[in-house]
Amino acid sequence: MSLDASERHVEPGGRPARVAPAFLPAALAEVASSDAALRRFLHGLPGVDQVGAELRTAALSTRSIKSASKLWAIDAAISMVDLTTLEGADTPGKVRSLCAKARHPDPQDPTVPSVAAVCVYPDLVATAKKELAGSGVAVASVATAFPSGRSSLAVKLADVRDALAAGADEVDMVIDRGAFLQGRFLEVLEEVRAVREACGAARLKVILETGELATYDNVRRASWLAMLGGADFLKTSTGKTSPAATLPVALVMLEAARELTEAGGGPVGVKVAGGIRTTKDAIRYLVLVNETVGDAWLQPQMFRIGASSLLNDLLMQRAKQRNGAYASSDDFSLE
Amino acid sequence: MPDPRPPGGRLSVQKTYKLFLAGAFPRSESGRSYPVSDARGALLAHAALASRKDARDAVVAARRAQPGWAAASAYNRGQVLYRVAELLEDRHAQFAEAVAAGEGLDGAGAEAVVAETVDRWVWYAGWADKIAQVAGSSNPVAGPWFNFSVPEPVGVVAALAPQRSSLLGLAGVVAPLLAAGNAVVVVASEERPLPAVTLSEVLATSDVPPGVVNVLTGRTRELAPVLAAHRDVDGLDLAGAGPELAAELERASAGNLKRVLTPRGGEEDWWAMPSTRRMLTFVETKTAWHPVGV
Amino acid sequence: MSEPVGGLFEYAPAPEPRSLVSIRPSYGLFVGGEFVDPVEGGSLKTINPASEEVLAEVATAGPADVDRAVRAARRAYEEVWGPMPGRERAKYLFRVARMIQERARELAVLESLDNGKPIRESRDVDVPLAAAHFFYHAGWADKLSYAGLGPDPRPLGVAGQVIPWNFPLLMAAWKLAPALAAGNTCVLKPAETTPLSALLLAEILRDAELPPGVVNVVTGAGDTGASLVAHPGVDKVAFTGSTEVGREIRRTLAGSGKRLTLELGGKAANVVFDDAPLSQAVEGIVNGIFFNQGHVCCAGSRLLVQESVADAVVDRLKRRMETLRIGDPLDKNTDVGAINSSGQLDKIRELSAAGEAEGAERWAPACRLPERGFWFPPTVFTNVSPSQRIAREEIFGPVLSVITFRTAEEAVAKANNTTYGLSAGVWTEKGSRILWMVHHLRAGVVWANTFNRFDPASPFGGYKESGFGREGGRHGLEAYLDA
Repeated sequence: MSLDASERHVEPGGRPARVAPAFLPAALAEVASSDAALRRFLHGLPGVDQVGAELRTAALSTRSIKSASKLWAIDAAISMVDLTTLEGADTPGKVRSLCAKARHPDPQDPTVPSVAAVCVYPDLVATAKKELAGSGVAVASVATAFPSGRSSLAVKLADVRDALAAGADEVDMVIDRGAFLQGRFLEVLEEVRAVREACGAARLKVILETGELATYDNVRRASWLAMLGGADFLKTSTGKTSPAATLPVALVMLEAARELTEAGGGPVGVKVAGGIRTTKDAIRYLVLVNETVGDAWLQPQMFRIGASSLLNDLLMQRAKQRNGAYASSDDFSLE
Repeated sequence: MPDPRPPGGRLSVQKTYKLFLAGAFPRSESGRSYPVSDARGALLAHAALASRKDARDAVVAARRAQPGWAAASAYNRGQVLYRVAELLEDRHAQFAEAVAAGEGLDGAGAEAVVAETVDRWVWYAGWADKIAQVAGSSNPVAGPWFNFSVPEPVGVVAALAPQRSSLLGLAGVVAPLLAAGNAVVVVASEERPLPAVTLSEVLATSDVPPGVVNVLTGRTRELAPVLAAHRDVDGLDLAGAGPELAAELERASAGNLKRVLTPRGGEEDWWAMPSTRRMLTFVETKTAWHPVGV
Repeated sequence: MSEPVGGLFEYAPAPEPRSLVSIRPSYGLFVGGEFVDPVEGGSLKTINPASEEVLAEVATAGPADVDRAVRAARRAYEEVWGPMPGRERAKYLFRVARMIQERARELAVLESLDNGKPIRESRDVDVPLAAAHFFYHAGWADKLSYAGLGPDPRPLGVAGQVIPWNFPLLMAAWKLAPALAAGNTCVLKPAETTPLSALLLAEILRDAELPPGVVNVVTGAGDTGASLVAHPGVDKVAFTGSTEVGREIRRTLAGSGKRLTLELGGKAANVVFDDAPLSQAVEGIVNGIFFNQGHVCCAGSRLLVQESVADAVVDRLKRRMETLRIGDPLDKNTDVGAINSSGQLDKIRELSAAGEAEGAERWAPACRLPERGFWFPPTVFTNVSPSQRIAREEIFGPVLSVITFRTAEEAVAKANNTTYGLSAGVWTEKGSRILWMVHHLRAGVVWANTFNRFDPASPFGGYKESGFGREGGRHGLEAYLDA
């Protein structure tokens, strides 16, 4: 796999190639025909045993990734990063420097791939879009009253349209966890559908905020709701609550995505976000992807890591792998 | 004129001592019997001389009955066993007479044996719904699992009743097996089998389901090897085997690896208060694991 | 080495350094606290089953050596270990537990070298559990009167303990820790093909200043074990191994008055219902049969799967099996290591061939096996009928037989239709069904929604011809005490 930015497939005009939207076979579309049918479907999904799922990911975490495979994994991880800033204190200046970092994570080393996307609030999309023009790095915008999602559908859709109007290539929406936990599944699904409609050609990432869903069974059900609603990506977390992304949650989401493919639908990607700060963490996710769903998901179109400080750790580890000596955090720019 | 009536004015009706199989009282399928004498050598009765085939039939009956007995609630089994004690008490005099004749005890001695037998049976009846608590446990494993151990009956146990203590010893062997949920094939004391047959009659009129206890009278030497080698027998209580026979039977039990209880140092003192050992030898410990999660 | 899992992300070799352990060219017997040459002078070579390289020469103990070891154990029992207060015995065992932890990496590498099991397992399972067994039982040494076995339980004397090759160190710990806690002394006979970790454990015991003779290790083959169990100076015999040998020991001991516990073979059913958590069930199936190359007496070698989900489960299982990494046991990413011996490999091959000949459908993932050493790919047989040999005989290798059922009653009937009764598994999300299954399965260990979990506090042992007696927990103490 080549990860050089220069070789990244870029459409004329600088927009990253858009894979066809996730497909939903007719049989699956049926299950969303009524609240009752949807409930039956979601409760008919095989359960997830918490202890078993956690043991599986703990076992995979003991994989020892060394030398060439580590280098590959670091570059793969860099290319999958959605470099993110979602602070109330964000400014155009902060976003501009983040975009520069996204294009060339290490300006002194052109072999370092650029990241997959920059992820910002809607009002900063235009800034990012301008900075990233021609780079192949996508602009993702959170929307739908991120992070809580506590707003009317009209406001949420306006939020989405705002981001799209500013040029967002990707939209990261949040589901209504309150409605989900109340069992108003069709309502959750229809909201995703509405955002999907609004997104047009932009890619839709659906944030489940798994830390608020309490169980892996709920993560699996919410994953299916998002996929039935037309998600291109399942995303774990806003990064604003704890726990955020965890390996078992990612396992359950990857399995759901694989099941959709097996049912003739998809493909749907997975984005893990929140709390992934070290190369070791990132590699554990890549191992999980590798051994759960395999090659098809080992690319930025199918797997993303939402992060900010992770990128520098990847760069430091990359330097260590290449030069043999441990790097200093001052070797790389903060943003 | 000579009195045409028998001595005493009437001829008594003598009992035929038969086997106890599957809740019924058949003769030996072989048609054989053997003379049983009292302690002074006078003929008491003829007992059925069980054959190998009778032993086999007894095992079949026990196997059929065992799941139902084990499935009864422990509380229910306790009540059924207590009912047996009630009936034993009821036949106090009859047992005392049989014990006195067979073991050569005087009236008071025989009375004491019967009283202790009834009390022993009551003691074991009370164990039926406690043994799982005493022998079971929850086990603190190092991880997110709930782990517990429970005792379960091994299944069908063949017991050689003590040769000398024909009632108290017999009860001391049979009652713990029943309390633990097993079905029993017991070979009565060879020379003193009559109390065992009378116990059969008690069991037949109690609420112990047919086949849960099967009583064979006959030659221990002939019957025991069949039971020890029988692949559908799960346990073997060698209370009534001498050391030489016990060794042979232990060897024969290796075929299906029976749980075997061999007396240590001669015949047990059946008057001593027992421990839980006779029950615990014939239970299996089952341990189950389950994850704890949401 | 196996084919890469995917293709994009290949894992570079990540071997645990062999240099972590130094293996001596030859080993004597550990008798009376020191390593001694055998009286009769024999030896055997122990090899690395992953490469067929000779690791060391190990003494074989003849009857005179066994006698010497039993006498040493007797003396230690009478003079030191038996009379020693429990609280002092406890501290020795705690010390041993700590020293096993300290030398964990070394023990793990040695175990993987001599046995062929993946370092991931020796490191994460065998060695930590061995330490845990000493730690758990240490605490019992001065609390035996609380074990529910009577007010003043007494040790039995000298225990002769014969252990198998599948978990060499762990089985040594399972045997020694409870015996020593209860106040017995031991003569341990490790398996012929895997003697090294027990000899390293002997060094640890010596370093822990365990009094001489409290534990003695006599290496050798089956005849050494036979002389040990038959030795009149042995009061208690504990054996883990095949049912066939277990029966032989039972016969040998008849009439001797020696106490005996046997932990023997198995043919466990792993029962998967249609409402199971399928992903975790598949993991449980894989762990159940491919853990330790299937060299596990409690392996879930019969998969009983409800017909309505049989295809889905088998498909997922096969896909999962394709991700198993077979190869160098010392590589930290290896999932399935080497078969322990050529003899065992022959047996696995023979039974697998019989499975095919009897009409079962054989499948194994594409994998390139190393040229040297003893290897067998993870294999699953479908279309198996319960009468076939692969459904009845213990294969003791990475071979799974899949059988279907329709109802819970049928599952129980099929699961119990075996002369063994060591373990069983059940996978369903319905609580009442779990308890119903646990109640009806005739097996000493039932794993519900998990499989192949072990803990020193958890009693382990079989029903029926899987042996008798329990190891671990309060129940396991009974085997080493006269109550």
